[in-house]
Order: sequence, then structure tokens, then C-alpha cells
Amino acid sequence: MKLWKTILAAAVLSLAAGTSAFAARTDLVIGIALEPPHLDPTAGAAAAIDEVLYANVFEGLTRIGPNGEVLPDLAESWTISDDGKVYTFKLHTGVKFHDGTDFDASDVKFSLDRARAENSVNAQKGLFAAIDKVDVVDPATVKVTLKNPQGSFLYNMGWGDAVIVAPESADTNKEKPIGTGPFKFQSWAKGSSITLVKSDNYWGTPASLDKAEFRIVPDAAAYVPALLSGDIQAFPFFDADSVAQVKDDPRFKVVIGATEGETILSINNKKPPFDKLQVRQAISYALDRKAIIDGASAGLGQPIGSHMSPANKDYVDLTGRYPHDVAKAKELLKEAGLENGFKATLKLPPPAYARLGGEIIASQLRDVGIDLEIIPVEWAQWLDQVFTKKDYDLTIVSHTEPNDIDIYSRKDYYFNYDNPAFDKVIADLGVTSDEAKRKELLGQAQKILADDAVVGFLYELPKVGVWDAKLQGLWENAPIQANDLTKVKWSD
Amino acid sequence: MTAYLLKRIAVAIATLLLASMVVFAVLEILPGDPARLMLGMNASADQIELLRNQMGLNAPLALRYLHWAGGLLSLDFGRSYTYSVPVIDLVSERLAVSLPLALIALALSTIIAIPVGLFSASRRGRAGDTISMGAAQLGVAVPNFWFALMLIYVFAVWLRLVPAGGFPGWSAGVWPALKSLLLPAVALALPQAAILARVTRSALIEVLSEDYIRTARAKGLPYRAVLWRHALRNAMIPVLTILGLQFAFLLAGTIIIENVFYLPGLGRLVFQAITQRDLIVVESVVMLLVAAVIAVNLLVDLSYAVVDPRLRSRQ
Repeated sequence: MKLWKTILAAAVLSLAAGTSAFAARTDLVIGIALEPPHLDPTAGAAAAIDEVLYANVFEGLTRIGPNGEVLPDLAESWTISDDGKVYTFKLHTGVKFHDGTDFDASDVKFSLDRARAENSVNAQKGLFAAIDKVDVVDPATVKVTLKNPQGSFLYNMGWGDAVIVAPESADTNKEKPIGTGPFKFQSWAKGSSITLVKSDNYWGTPASLDKAEFRIVPDAAAYVPALLSGDIQAFPFFDADSVAQVKDDPRFKVVIGATEGETILSINNKKPPFDKLQVRQAISYALDRKAIIDGASAGLGQPIGSHMSPANKDYVDLTGRYPHDVAKAKELLKEAGLENGFKATLKLPPPAYARLGGEIIASQLRDVGIDLEIIPVEWAQWLDQVFTKKDYDLTIVSHTEPNDIDIYSRKDYYFNYDNPAFDKVIADLGVTSDEAKRKELLGQAQKILADDAVVGFLYELPKVGVWDAKLQGLWENAPIQANDLTKVKWSD
Repeated sequence: MTAYLLKRIAVAIATLLLASMVVFAVLEILPGDPARLMLGMNASADQIELLRNQMGLNAPLALRYLHWAGGLLSLDFGRSYTYSVPVIDLVSERLAVSLPLALIALALSTIIAIPVGLFSASRRGRAGDTISMGAAQLGVAVPNFWFALMLIYVFAVWLRLVPAGGFPGWSAGVWPALKSLLLPAVALALPQAAILARVTRSALIEVLSEDYIRTARAKGLPYRAVLWRHALRNAMIPVLTILGLQFAFLLAGTIIIENVFYLPGLGRLVFQAITQRDLIVVESVVMLLVAAVIAVNLLVDLSYAVVDPRLRSRQ
């Protein structure tokens, strides 16, 4: 009798185990290349912070959607005054932070005031520059008054740097992030992994995943074995050169999308001979973008003709402005009085697109008589010498911030570009919120940059994602650097 | 013996002091601003200045050196710029991976190398010697990252016996943690074992030609006993020297293997800290490694005395 009971119990147990194997998985391990230095999106520029926390743990008034659109988030709706200066946000109610404290308008005021405070070290402080004051109308309503109308204000509030934090936990978010999102932070094994778990008291649609682990895999050589062994099920930012190893494997999906990373050959516009328009135009004619994309990015990535992503709704195709034309380039150099060519340096930061692309570009420029000396630099050196001290001739870098065409109008920016006509367009853009007018102005801006050949526009950095074929809901494009897991689930 | 020990310790302290100055100076010369690196390309000059002040980077150089070196004396290693946690916490987390990994690799390498060396030396010039030394040559020549990838494909991807990489932490249990260190330990041990086997062989061959070995054989001791009791013990000094060097290497020089297996080890911490200009972490870890190397060397010197009674009486 006892034996029968045991056998029965075993049968029931194995049946239970069997059925649970058929239910969809609810855990996910995601591979990321860089470890975030800390976990507070409002206190650092590192993209890795947002790649783990954006939309998952922290939420803002608005958020950026999978295709770069502005969506409501903690603010369920808003109204804008006729002069475009006062934004009144209606907030969701019943929202709680992960530590159990309530979210209301005072948290919004606290977060925005903290980010724009004098002693703030928010890496994107410029996002908040237009804010004049933030007023709490009632617990579910907050009024933001701007110094001047700002067309991109709602978009700005969707950045990871503008997420809403609580006064109780703001100072400890670096180690123990407390947000309002569908996932809460569980643990961080430094150098190894960061684990998020589903939040039980989420105000919106709950996540499908119960647990998500971000595992840090710094070396691209380890990506493929990690996928094949099943240890890691998704690499949202995969290595372009390793795609060939998995693209024919039916167990995996390879998804090529667009980023906001304009990869450019930056030119020091004040340094002779690059201060001459003909020289910069000659460089643009000398570049063969297809060869660069093939060599530096395994053939993935779309060519660009100005500083705008082809995935952007305001994109103007200017890739035909300077077709690859060696004779024309030589002619322009002759006009500039440099028919015998000249020597210059090309400083290359560590990413593959720069190091590989740099060699190809050096050989293409040599064809028109420009002799480049390649100088590899680390990021820290690059930021110091090139970006801060502007001690460079040419460099290659991908500008990954979204909608960042305004960098060309910044005073003292490392391009050393100065064009009042362009500055005027950007200034107008800043105070325009009408969509059609903005499109017109953005088109003008792109065209001026192309005409001036400010830099050598190369290609849009692709987002190469590889994940388990049964996984759904990961972003195809990267309008911002994030891994939004709120809609991710396993199909059966 | 005491005088010898005291002298050695004094030399060690002087070395540490000198190393601390060199390390500090070299890293100060290194171009790159940690504050700029943390705030990225959109930050203004004012903000960077603000963060530099917060991080204490604007104090005079000598003052910062004294502050840091003084902290080291009281075992206060400072706080990491990037992680903003005490450096000692970071280092101890990483040592929980690197130390067991180094010890397992060292044990594996010794277990493989000593018997192979003995076998080869006792069959000098014969087929067994040629084959095992050929294998050792291969072990030295094969790049360890390639060997590591092969191990991953066989044991993690095909057989699925162990994970392809990563470290679950000791809190996940001793066996899962050990399992994840197994392949990296093998990958690290192989080239070390190959070197050690060759050193063992040549040291043994030298000893085996000594007169006292012939005497031992002549008095009727079996060959095996001569090999183990007389020859091996006398051949230990070069072997121990190499072992000491290997341990220091295994503790921090394993960055490539740590990357292939994405292990959060000490090597990767240093590498990452250098690229992020987390100077305080680099300085402190390098000092810790200098201390470790000096300690290991001291131990090796002392162990000479253990294996060789003549060294004991001479001092």
C-alpha cells in the first residue's frame, strides 16, 4: 500500500514537472558588452546604464518608443499653452516606487529640480536648460513653465537622464535603483551580472517575464558560444562580424535595425588646410561609403549624406551630394592650391568601426593625394585630446545621441565649425513645435551641413540583434540605447 | 635565519614604497580625465570642474599621493571613481574569483607537469620523452584563448556539461561556482603545465647526472626511489621558482581567459579601470599585486630552505 502511494506521488510529480516544461518560459538572460559604472541614469553618460534600466526600472514623464516616437509614460496626458511655454502634465495615480513609497507630482518636481540644479552632475543637463520653474498643482498634476518655447521638450523628457526618482532613494540609486517601472532591481554581481525581477505592484500592464538577467560579456568572441550553449538567449547589440556564424541557424533570429549613431569622419574645421571648403569637399568626394561599410561594418549599415538617421521621419537623403569621384576630388584640391596633396593625422578611438574604417579611409584619401598618419587612441585619450582640446586633424566617431544635429551649432564644439546661417536654423528649431515647420527646418539644417561638407558623413551604425527565435518583443531599432523588456515574452 | 628574514622584509618594504611612487606617477601622466569620461560628450566644462572637485581630483599632486599612500598603510584603499564603492570591496569580490581560479589552475598544472617531467627525464631520448616533450611544446605554442574556445565548443556547446562562461557567484553554491571555473582553469593550466614539465625535466636531467645519484644507485637503491627521493627533491628549486612566477601571473595576468569566459576576475577589473581612468582602483590593485608578488617571492625563498637543508645551515 505504502509502495503504491509512493509510486502515485512520483507519477503526479513527474506529470507536474512535465506540464510545467510546456508552459512558456518567463526568464531571460541578455548579454551586454559593457558593465554600467553605476545604476543611476540621472548621474552618468554611460549608455550601459540605460541599456539595463531604461523603461524597465525607471520611467519618465514621457518615454521614447521602439521607433523613436514620444509616448506618454508616468504622465497619462498633457496640455500645452498657446504660447508653447507652459506644459501641464496629468499624472497616473496609484503609482508606487519599488520601495513602497507613493509617486506623485512632488516627485516630478524633485526630479526635474534636482537635474537642473547648479550642483547637478546630470550628464545631459542641456535637456533641462529651457525649464524656468516646476509647480505642483495637485498630487496628480504638475505644471512646467519654460523660459522659451522648446520644440523638443516632450522628447527631452523621455530621455533616461530625465526619469523620475524619489527623494527618499535618489542618493542611493547608484547602488540600489528604486524606480516605478514594471521591473525592480534585485541584485548586481559586479563584473558579472545585474538581475531584475518583475514588480508586483506595477501601475500599468505587468511584464511577461518574471526575471531578467543582464550578463556582462566584454569579448565578442564569447557571444556565439554563449548563444549556442543556451547560457544567454539574446544579444540586442551583437557583433557585426560574427553574424555569419549564426544567421543560418534556425534557432536564432538575426535582426538588423537602425541606431541613432551617425558614424562620421570628423574634421577640425579651423585647422588649415581643412578650413578651406574645397579641401573638405574633396575629402567627401574621395570617400567610397560602400567600401567603408563593407570593411568596417560587415556590409551592414546605411550610408548617410548628412547628420540624420535614415530611420528618422525628418531624414533628407543627401547621399548623392558627393558621389565617390576621385577626379573631382583631385580637381578641388588643385583649386585649393594643394595639387601635390598634403599630410594629416587620423586619430582612431577603439571601436571596430573606427579602427577598421580608418584604414580604409586612409587608403581612399591616399588615392587623391592626402597622406594620413593613423594614430590609435583609447577613449580617455580621445575625449581628452580630440574632444576637449581639439588637438586633431581627422577622427572617426559615431555620434549616438538621438536627434543631435544641434551639436554643429554648439560653441567650442570639437568640429570647430562656425556658420551663423546654420546657428539661425537651429535657434529657430529650438522654439518651433509645429511638426511641419520643424521638418522644414531640419531639412535645411541637413542640407547646410552637407553643402559645407563639415565632416565626412559615412553611415548609420546598424543595430545588429541576435536572439532566440522564440523570443518576441525586443526592439528592432535603437532610437535610444535601451533594452526595453516591458513587452518581451517567450512564444510557446 | 632571523637576520636573513629581517633583511628580506626590509627589502620588501622598500620595494613597496618605490613601487607606490612609480605607480602613482605613471598613472598621473596618463592622458585622460576621469570626470570627462563619466559625464560624456554632452557635459559642459563647468559640470566637469564640479565633478572633479567632488572626486578630489583638483588637490595638489603631492597631497593626493600622501593621502593615498597614507590610506594604504591603514589598509584604506579609497573609493572607486566609477563605482563609488570602497576599492577593497571591489577587490575582494574579484579575488573570490581570481584566487580560487589561480589555485585550481596551479594545482592542475603541478599535477600534470611533475609526473610528465619525471617520466620524460627518466626516459630521456626515448620515444616516451619525445612524445611528451612534443606535447609540451604544443602546449606552449597553442594560444590559450584559442584553446579556451575549443574547450567551450566541446564541453559547453556539444556536451553541455559546463556553462560557456560567466560566474554565478559562490552564493549560488560551491558546485555551480566550481563548475564555471573548471574550463578556464584547464585553459590556464595547460600552457603553464607545459612550461613546468619542461623545467622539471631539464632540472631532473641535470641532477640525474650528479655523482650522488650514481652513488645512490650503486648502493643498491631502486631507480624509482632514487628518482623520487633524491633526484626530484634536488631538482625542486628551479621548479619552485617557476611556480612562484606562475602564481603571480595567474592572479592578475589572466585577462584574456577572463574575457573569453566573461569571468569577473581581477585582471578584468584592472583592465576596465584603466580604460575608464578609475585611477584609484588601478593604483590600489597594482599595489596589492606588487605586495602579492613580493610575498610569493619571499615564500619561494623560504621554501628553498625547506627543500634544501644546506641553505638552512648556511644562513
